[in-house]
Amino acid sequence: MNTKYYILFLGLMLSLVSCEIDNYDEPQASFTGALTYQGDTIRVAQNDVRFQLWQSGFGKEGPLDVHVSQDGSFSSLLFNGDYRLKFIEGQGPFKALSQGTSQGDTIYLNLSGDTNMELEVMPYYMIRNPEMNLAGASVNASIDLQQVITGEDARDIEHVTLYLNTTRFVSANGDMHVARADADLGDMSNLNMKVDIPGDVVQDYIFARVGVKISGVEDMIYSPLQKLNF
Amino acid sequence: MKKHISILMVMAVLAGSCTSDSEFLDREPTNILTQDQIFSDSELPLSILADFYNRYYDFGRIEDWPSVADFNVAFWSEAGRYGHFQNSDRGYGDWGNWDYGYIREINLFMERLQASEELAESDKTRFLAEARFLRASYYFTLVKRMGGVPLILESEEYDFSGDPSYLQHPRETEAAIYDFVINEAEAVKDILPASADVKSRASKGAALAMEARAALYAGSIARYGQNTPSVSLPGGEVGIPASRAEAYYQTALDAAQAIIDGQAGNYSLYMKKPDLSENFASLFYDKSNNPEAIFVEDYMLQSGKVHGFTISNQPRYGAEEEEGGRINPSLNLVEAFETLEGECEPLPVKDNSGNYLKYENPEDIFEGRDARLKGTVIVPGSNFKGRQVDIWAGVLLPDGTIISGDSRGQQKEFPGSNGQEQVVGFDGPIDGLEFTAQTGFYIRKYQDPKAGSGQRGVQSDVWFIRYRYAEVLMNAAEAAFELGQPELSAKYMNEVRSRAGITTELTADDISFERIAHERFVEFAFEGLYFFDLKRWRIAHIVMDGVPMTEEEVTSDVCDVTDRLTQPWGLWPYKISDPGSSDDGQWTYRVMKPSRVTGADRFRLGNYYSEIGQDIINNNPLIVRNPNQ
Repeated sequence: MNTKYYILFLGLMLSLVSCEIDNYDEPQASFTGALTYQGDTIRVAQNDVRFQLWQSGFGKEGPLDVHVSQDGSFSSLLFNGDYRLKFIEGQGPFKALSQGTSQGDTIYLNLSGDTNMELEVMPYYMIRNPEMNLAGASVNASIDLQQVITGEDARDIEHVTLYLNTTRFVSANGDMHVARADADLGDMSNLNMKVDIPGDVVQDYIFARVGVKISGVEDMIYSPLQKLNF
Repeated sequence: MKKHISILMVMAVLAGSCTSDSEFLDREPTNILTQDQIFSDSELPLSILADFYNRYYDFGRIEDWPSVADFNVAFWSEAGRYGHFQNSDRGYGDWGNWDYGYIREINLFMERLQASEELAESDKTRFLAEARFLRASYYFTLVKRMGGVPLILESEEYDFSGDPSYLQHPRETEAAIYDFVINEAEAVKDILPASADVKSRASKGAALAMEARAALYAGSIARYGQNTPSVSLPGGEVGIPASRAEAYYQTALDAAQAIIDGQAGNYSLYMKKPDLSENFASLFYDKSNNPEAIFVEDYMLQSGKVHGFTISNQPRYGAEEEEGGRINPSLNLVEAFETLEGECEPLPVKDNSGNYLKYENPEDIFEGRDARLKGTVIVPGSNFKGRQVDIWAGVLLPDGTIISGDSRGQQKEFPGSNGQEQVVGFDGPIDGLEFTAQTGFYIRKYQDPKAGSGQRGVQSDVWFIRYRYAEVLMNAAEAAFELGQPELSAKYMNEVRSRAGITTELTADDISFERIAHERFVEFAFEGLYFFDLKRWRIAHIVMDGVPMTEEEVTSDVCDVTDRLTQPWGLWPYKISDPGSSDDGQWTYRVMKPSRVTGADRFRLGNYYSEIGQDIINNNPLIVRNPNQ
């Protein structure tokens, strides 16, 4: 009998306490977009590449990390305001473009409401004409490579690899592929890979991507994801 | 009448209270000691030093068993820790350390010690030298993990002016911190006692050993840092110029040779027991007149300072508590031990035509191996505390079927059995069952063979050795090799190898970087040194590249430790049941991967130096970030 009163009392207290109004509205500016080079998306590994947003005016500064998805897109929900966008040295298979001598590669942004933005960067290489197809119990792939950064900053290719996975996330990360095969780098104009589908794959489809490792650059650049149905 | 008496009494009390208040309140505190009291007696500063020693930062610690068994030299047989083998990336902040409180306390101690007038001069100089040694040790810890850090050598006070910017110091270069460690060791080595009996306090041997290690690390970062140009910062906070490598290696060689020549006391390799495996194991637990230990973290039974390493890792079967078996050394490590002839060979699981070999006893497959193997690892069929471990995975029938159980020592009836028979060892291995030997091995190094060491109420007092003579020899060997003196290098390495029972001597032509890397891998397994070897040689991102291993890879190139090592593998013994045949009761082995190992370690370039926390950078914007993070 007593319990009922306790519950009623508790409910009353809660209803009184919980009626406070929050100080701030929730963040509403959605900042989305993709990494691009001349309109073509730059694809990377999931959770591998990030950049930072900085906002001044609220005491000590700290960065807001924005991670890039494996299809090269990003999205972040922010408060309206002025931000500075900064690429991190050594993150991503690309170089940030200079925005002028006074600001280096920092991009100034004013975000209010929804913003969609293509972030133009300079990749070391671009993957062109990726082709992947099934051949019996294996997958064949071929790509062309276009070297974008030449001259002093040019980098060599360490390996070109075809990755297969049973889920949509495909990358060089050990958790994100079930089979892999390197291309022979002897003839760079003819990059072909062939990998057997592991016997323990039970579903009737598999996902494939080609990744390119550039020497001295940790994050790899990838071709678009392709789903292959048996 | 009564009323009058009370009034009188109150007045009397009030009158009594008129004596001087200030004197009444001026009491000696009973719960804290003033600085004058502390620095007037040699015992009290020593107890402050003891606190500093107690807070010494080790990377691998036997009080924290996973820390000595990381990076796939072992599988962790504890259900709550399987996740460690199921993801690949390590956080950038892992292994970070930033305890400037510790440095401030040491700085304050040194300043107050110098200011004190009552302390005997001899005490004062030794305490001061010990404090400098500890402070340099901690800067060495910082530089190994974070790169160059602000070098604070005086206690700092805030003046409450509202502007703390004068307390913000930028990072020094990585080389400057290494130089500081080396110079401090040089400065204090002749003040500290040159005696091999001083082990848990700083001695000349400890200072020289630290100098040799620090100079060797700095030299290899200068030389091998070339291979990863992106792991550096323009200001030199990370990365050391290649031109400095030679000088650092020379410093390392000189410091190591000072110990080898006996300048710091009578140190030598531990050689007390005729059985070389037992000898190697007891080097880590024998605390009486151990000539090899140079600087240790010591423990004492019934003092409160004890640890549970043996409880965590003892063979589970017949143990003093129903607990143990957590560290399961991996096959990758076990195979890296050479044969006694100095050959690198995988364990003979199959013959040349691919048929599985059979053995009389479970231990036979490990015969003729480097004595350090059984001194480091408890293999199937060997003993701990006089009891044979019971490690076998199942019964193999003639048609190839395997009969096994899913609880320890389970009994089953199977074709050819005599009623219910045991089908799996009491120590496992049972895949996925914690505390069993899931790779087929347990750890022996640092396990305490004393009775009671496996009891929670008693625990163990085995010490943790931070610097030992064999490392000094190996540091000298590496420095000599890098300086182009392979004969000298071979001489030092042969001393370490002959103690392990290896009969073939190395010649100058045999010495290579891979040889030295391999020797360190097997000699110093589970001592917390492997990680820094991976980092300073800049091979961590090659060894841990996120690619899963195959059986072929695990069993080939077994000595090449610069190869891939991303997953811990195992080796399971099976008993053959074939009544009437000569094979009955024999043993055969299978290479396997524990099913809980699903990820493959990946070491990113940003992991070479731990991330400096955003809170630290917020407070001090002069701190630059580490590269690739």
